[in-house]
Amino acid sequence: MSAIIANNLVKTYGKKKDVMTALHGISFNVEKGELFGIIGPDGAGKTSLFRILTTLLLPDGGNATVNGYDVVKDYRAIRQQVGYMPGRFSLYQDLTVAENLEFFATIFNTSIAEHYDLVRDIYVQIEPFKDRRAGKLSGGMKQKLALCCALIHEPSVLFLDEPTTGVDAVSRKEFWEMLRGLKERGITILVSTPYMDEASLCDRVALIQNGGIMSINSPEGIIASFQKPLFAARTSRMLNMQQDLLQLEGVEECYLCGEYSHVVVKPALDAAQLDSYLRNKGHEAVEVKPVAPNIEDCFMDLMKN
Amino acid sequence: MRTLKFLLQKEFRQVFRDPAILRMIFIMPVIQLMILPWAADYEVKNIRLAVVDNNHSDYSRQLISKVTSSGYFQLQHYSSSMQQAMQEIEADKADLVLEIPAHFSKDIVKEDEASLMMSINAINGVKANLGGAYLRSIIQDFNREIRLRWIQFPRFNPELNIETTSSNWFNPHLNYRYFMVPGILVVLVTMVGAFLTSMNIVREKEIGTIEQINVTPIHKYHFILGKLIPFWVLGLFVLGIGLTIARLVYGIVPVGNVATIFCFAALYLLAVLGLGLLISTYTSSQQQAILLSFFLMMVFILLGGLYTSIDSMPAWAKAFTKINPVSYFIEVMRMVVLKGSGLWDIRYHMLTMAGIAVVLNSWAIFSYRKRA
Repeated sequence: MSAIIANNLVKTYGKKKDVMTALHGISFNVEKGELFGIIGPDGAGKTSLFRILTTLLLPDGGNATVNGYDVVKDYRAIRQQVGYMPGRFSLYQDLTVAENLEFFATIFNTSIAEHYDLVRDIYVQIEPFKDRRAGKLSGGMKQKLALCCALIHEPSVLFLDEPTTGVDAVSRKEFWEMLRGLKERGITILVSTPYMDEASLCDRVALIQNGGIMSINSPEGIIASFQKPLFAARTSRMLNMQQDLLQLEGVEECYLCGEYSHVVVKPALDAAQLDSYLRNKGHEAVEVKPVAPNIEDCFMDLMKN
Repeated sequence: MRTLKFLLQKEFRQVFRDPAILRMIFIMPVIQLMILPWAADYEVKNIRLAVVDNNHSDYSRQLISKVTSSGYFQLQHYSSSMQQAMQEIEADKADLVLEIPAHFSKDIVKEDEASLMMSINAINGVKANLGGAYLRSIIQDFNREIRLRWIQFPRFNPELNIETTSSNWFNPHLNYRYFMVPGILVVLVTMVGAFLTSMNIVREKEIGTIEQINVTPIHKYHFILGKLIPFWVLGLFVLGIGLTIARLVYGIVPVGNVATIFCFAALYLLAVLGLGLLISTYTSSQQQAILLSFFLMMVFILLGGLYTSIDSMPAWAKAFTKINPVSYFIEVMRMVVLKGSGLWDIRYHMLTMAGIAVVLNSWAIFSYRKRA
């Protein structure tokens, strides 16, 4: 049995005149012990989906189960078994680190000692600050504390809504390592992120956009499905270069990706042709090379179609 | 029970860590009770008087000195030009003009009758009303004195004369503060009970902690009780502080039993806590909660009998005071403090308050949905 099953979930906001549909029939399964990523830009419907699965929001259509329990009917059972870390830091800022953890342990009818080994690896990192108020912690520390609080009752499914948004690169890396560690313990993890580069750290990902799923696959599978030739191009005048490239016949897409622009072309074009085209347009320091696609390229491609 | 204990522990910790709330609880009652009763007073004093004396006689001077020695009036202007006196009123330097005509003393002696004119600045209605009334009664008094001097009364009064003397019960000296302090105390308890509660719950919504609480298997009633109990305790505590200040500063010792007040307050707080809970279910930010609370507070106070008598309100306002919890508590406070009423005397108030508590709380719990 899958840990999470979402079946044609629909969520709309607003009334009569001004209806906004946040989720258009989303379906997916997450297997037990899987690290599943929901990847999509802001406003794609990630948070609505999480709130439905954690029983905080009622879906307007479709159904979903977590550990076999229905999110509407059996919400009480689900709340005992899942951990949820909302996108916004929502612990008590005026309580200390230790008090927060103790508080959440208590309302789950357990104690810190009981499940200490689960949170130990994370907690030792924030333990030096345990008498500091949660509101005074740095962003990365806050995320670690929130994760501890979400784990303190040993949930079998963990929902993390954009845990790495607004966190520095080093803390992000550490955070994903922690998630790996939790996965080894058999905890099913559903994590959402707007960062495409984090997709490759998941077992499987669902790319979502405007409340619909565009693709569900392993990161490798998604990348493998990208079949068009892709080049990275760079000149001294990047903005003009993009405009020039989009005018060339056979160029489908051109967007900034790091310090290069990624250029998606029809099979007829090759690197040499692009190179000479750019030189003819008067660009200097032209560099064009074939490049392997990443998740972001796939996302851009899926979004277009 | 263990969960509830921890919820309460958490609430108290948060309350005692929040300097703003602490200030509200300890300093606000002290300041309000120390300052307001001295300033909020019905008696109008320092009425600025302009006298237009066209007579300049012994009588007119006697009248003027009688008026100014009453203590209510300040002689601001003295001349024999009505025009100048009106300018004083227009410049807001005088509140009242008393014009004494040129033939004033002659009329009194010859005709046994003289007239005076009062012109009152009615921009401040209360001042105008009371000032006019004071002056009128002083002039009447003056009138009587003169008559005594001139007329030889027969042994029995030829006209029928009814004289009234009054005696004030429960507050013999009409001490304004005896009447005001218990009322202000009610407002304080209401602020703590209803508004701190609503702000506290809304704060959890605002910073998102309620979300985190809602995914836990915690029961709805645990959460609500965890919120209400601390403010119930704090409300009674503030009442205690207030009664102590009333006793120490104003010497107001309740004639009735203090336990009666606390007994009613315990019930009253249940009702206002329900109100606080209700406000919090209809608002999603502290700002909204404050504005809504402020609006309700104004209505409750102005239609609660604190400043104006309920008996003189129009019928619709009187009907509203029947569902205004504040008006019941103000009434009970005054009954117990001034009159010494016991539990049996306030039984209907208790019953009504219990009814209001049940209605407000069930409404609040009904509209407070743990699931969005």
